[in-house]
Amino acid sequence: MRNRLLIGTTLALMAGWLLPVLTRVAAQAPASPAYRAPRTPDGKPNLNGIWQTMNTANWNIEPHPAGPSPARELGAAGAVPAGLGIVDGGEIPYLPAARKKQQENYANRLKLDPEIKCYLPGVPRATYQGMPFQIIQSTKHIMLIHEFAGAVRTIYMTDQTEAPADSWMGWSNGRWEGETLVVDTKGFNDLSWLDRAGNFHSDALHVVERFTPRSAETITYDVTLEDSKVFSRPWKMSMPLYKHVERNAQILEFRCVEFVEDLLYGHLRKQPAK
Amino acid sequence: MKRTVFGVVAAVLLAAAASAAQTPSAKQTRPYKAPRTADGQPDLQGFWTNSTYTPLERPDGVTKAIYTPEEAEAAIKLAVQRESAQTEPGTTADVHYDFSQFGLDRSQSLFVRNLRTSLIVDPPNGKIPPLTEEGKRRTAQRAEDAKKLGGRWDSAESNQLDDRCLIMAGPGPPMMDAAYNSNYQIVQPPGVVMILTEMIHDVRIVTLDGRPQPDAKVRQWMGVSRGRWEGETLVVETTNFNGKNPFRGSDENMKVIERFTRLSDDTIEYKFTIDDPTMWTRPWSAESAMKKTVGPIFEHACHEGNFGLYNTLVGARLEEKRQAEEALKKGSK
Amino acid sequence: MRHRTRSFMRGGAVALVLALAATISIAGQTQSAAPAAPKAAPANAAAGKAYKAPRTPDGQPDLQGFWTNSTYVPLERPNGVTKEFYTPAEAEAAIKAAAERESEQTEPGTTADVHYDFSQFGLDRSQSKFAMNLRTSLIVDPADGKIPPVNAQGQKRAQERAAARKSAGGQYDAVENMPIGSRCIIMGGAGPPLQNAGYNANYQIVQSPGYVMILTEMIHDVRIIPLDDRPQPPSQVRQWVGLSRGRWEGDTLVVETTNFNGKNAFRGASENMKVTERFTRTADDAISYKFTVEDPTTWDRSWTADAPLVKTEGPIFEFACHETNYGIANILAGARADEKKVAEQKKGSN
Repeated sequence: MRNRLLIGTTLALMAGWLLPVLTRVAAQAPASPAYRAPRTPDGKPNLNGIWQTMNTANWNIEPHPAGPSPARELGAAGAVPAGLGIVDGGEIPYLPAARKKQQENYANRLKLDPEIKCYLPGVPRATYQGMPFQIIQSTKHIMLIHEFAGAVRTIYMTDQTEAPADSWMGWSNGRWEGETLVVDTKGFNDLSWLDRAGNFHSDALHVVERFTPRSAETITYDVTLEDSKVFSRPWKMSMPLYKHVERNAQILEFRCVEFVEDLLYGHLRKQPAK
Repeated sequence: MKRTVFGVVAAVLLAAAASAAQTPSAKQTRPYKAPRTADGQPDLQGFWTNSTYTPLERPDGVTKAIYTPEEAEAAIKLAVQRESAQTEPGTTADVHYDFSQFGLDRSQSLFVRNLRTSLIVDPPNGKIPPLTEEGKRRTAQRAEDAKKLGGRWDSAESNQLDDRCLIMAGPGPPMMDAAYNSNYQIVQPPGVVMILTEMIHDVRIVTLDGRPQPDAKVRQWMGVSRGRWEGETLVVETTNFNGKNPFRGSDENMKVIERFTRLSDDTIEYKFTIDDPTMWTRPWSAESAMKKTVGPIFEHACHEGNFGLYNTLVGARLEEKRQAEEALKKGSK
Repeated sequence: MRHRTRSFMRGGAVALVLALAATISIAGQTQSAAPAAPKAAPANAAAGKAYKAPRTPDGQPDLQGFWTNSTYVPLERPNGVTKEFYTPAEAEAAIKAAAERESEQTEPGTTADVHYDFSQFGLDRSQSKFAMNLRTSLIVDPADGKIPPVNAQGQKRAQERAAARKSAGGQYDAVENMPIGSRCIIMGGAGPPLQNAGYNANYQIVQSPGYVMILTEMIHDVRIIPLDDRPQPPSQVRQWVGLSRGRWEGDTLVVETTNFNGKNAFRGASENMKVTERFTRTADDAISYKFTVEDPTTWDRSWTADAPLVKTEGPIFEFACHETNYGIANILAGARADEKKVAEQKKGSN
């Protein structure tokens, strides 16, 4: 009786342990032969739709506990939720001086975070910033239209050139590798951040993103970043993109310039005569 | 291992048999096998209480590990008398919760009877082991930091964690008697054991899929718990504490190992081991039990109704103002 | 019948566009802003025969590419002009006069010199591709080429707006008093309706199944127009560019836009404005763009304009207006410094 119980329990435990492990491993793997996305009329994997991430990366891409808001008035509404992090290995491989700079950024984030000033978010922050974006896919161009500040990314699939000048959102050239859209972006300025915790880059940033459909409503989004002025080696991050499936989903305006004018220029307001 | 199990079972069953308030559980002639949940976990679900009169550490002057039933009763009676001692209305001493008046004291609810003189079973003297050198240093540092915060009524932050409605003794881990409302609800969907502690609606979701502990930078008040079944026993390991809620002086390096085993329809054996090498010279362990109680569990919206903290601080500030004004008057004479 | 005639006219105008645009863009390579005289050029082979646009992979008429609506034709017919079309010579003269005005040089060191010298940076219309048009106004209806008169409600609103502006103080008193474009919130090119932005009047159209996306260069404004039958958006959701819904009527994309927030009054319109745009590809390098504006709380009748788009070269560069808006900060700081100087002088003279 006891032996059978032991065997039964062991088998149950093994099943209970193995199955979730296998599922987890499969979920983290890039496009396996398992899922083949429906095609657009021109024969490419169809990435059209409105997408959004569900994680705390915009607060801090490294693992982090929950914490208070730097803006006292917002109380819990502006506080930071905990996150297990999206950086492969848990830690960004900063050069020592760069890690110091990140810490200074963090200490002064209320003043320095470009997101607060409604500046264009850069890449890949725009992806996980917490607002939806729409992928508009045609043969020559794949557009990523972000709700935050109406930020725009044009991915050139043909007529590819080098970045003509530095910009906030970089200059993106794309190609298909089987089921995966590979986007290679350079030509960044050094003014955007990677999150609200002061993680940053220089104008040497080079980002390679891989969008791989993993189911009808999810995409695996893998990113490799390198920046010889800031990081000691290339490093990766990964997360799912979730599709908006509600009827009539659409990107709405988040024209935030108006919302920050008082913050930026209020001190230049004419004061009433004393 | 077998001997310890038998010892606890014996202690608990003896206590159950001796207690008038308890329905004697059926005398078992072979180990109890808990019913199963839909996904085959031993079923721990239901409403439970760990309310007990047994202290964590053996009282000074007591040397034995187990009371006789009469001694146990006497100890309980003494504690009950202390709890329900009435104070003189209109005096400062009367400004406190009269638990017994609202039926909140332990004796008016279900509690776990135990012949043990302490919950701690290891070290055998029933006491928390000595501190390490680092442990002593940290304890002293903590005391100094607390002093810097000023008097208890100087600010919200200088108050106790429970008065601030941050966290109470019930959730742990390890889960301790909360003094009142010491209630839990366990729910087990596939792959997870959820433990809800009534105060302060704290929930631990214990995953059973073998995932690793998170990065050391992720720290929580209740740490992060990972569970697995070893036969009939749920073993839960918790690390990643943030150290802000020291358990008997523990720090952020504490690791708690809990063991839940259903002994009967109305009893779960609850054992825990504390391993915090920066604080104590050795790990230490305790044994208790959880008894089935009557649900449901009510919402405990502590912070939302925390007039106490607010009024206490207002009163302290007014008192200071009054004293300052009086000093001014005296000074101007 | 009449429709077909107009389409021929349009075709003819496009032929002219091709001929003149080619001429003008060649002339634009030089420093001189004055365009060369139009040369007779072979008419577009498509003229006289209805052009059929290629299809996108999902079967929509293909409007994709880079387009500009830069033009010298004003929205309203100039005072003193009564006819609907110039002769080619008259059109050339009008353009020449406008181009000369644009490239007029100011005396360095004077206050008048503190402005953008568009021609110096090649930003003026004549140095870029523009849509040539013999019309004397973009407005084709009413027949007089002018916006209809504002009705009583519209006038009242205009007065209220003027009063509000007055009580807000001088233009340099606060950022909110400055023009919306200077604040980098939105510029005319985005519309709708799409207006000539003055420079960088560029658009990119990309189509995917069920959507037409129009990117306006300044200020990287995007309208994503759904083509399904989703309901009108709720009235509480209001946007600077309103909310657009599109459908194909044959080869014409019809886009209706409502839900404006009223903060960017187009020629005095209110938040009740409704804009209907019609995009039809008329040649490989031209799109007919017509728009109708309705707002019964401002005008007692609708009005319609015809403002063609011509193909231009990509790509479109990022226009990070707000991120480098030193202009606003410096102007306000300057105004505050001026006031301080005046105040100190007053004190000094007391």
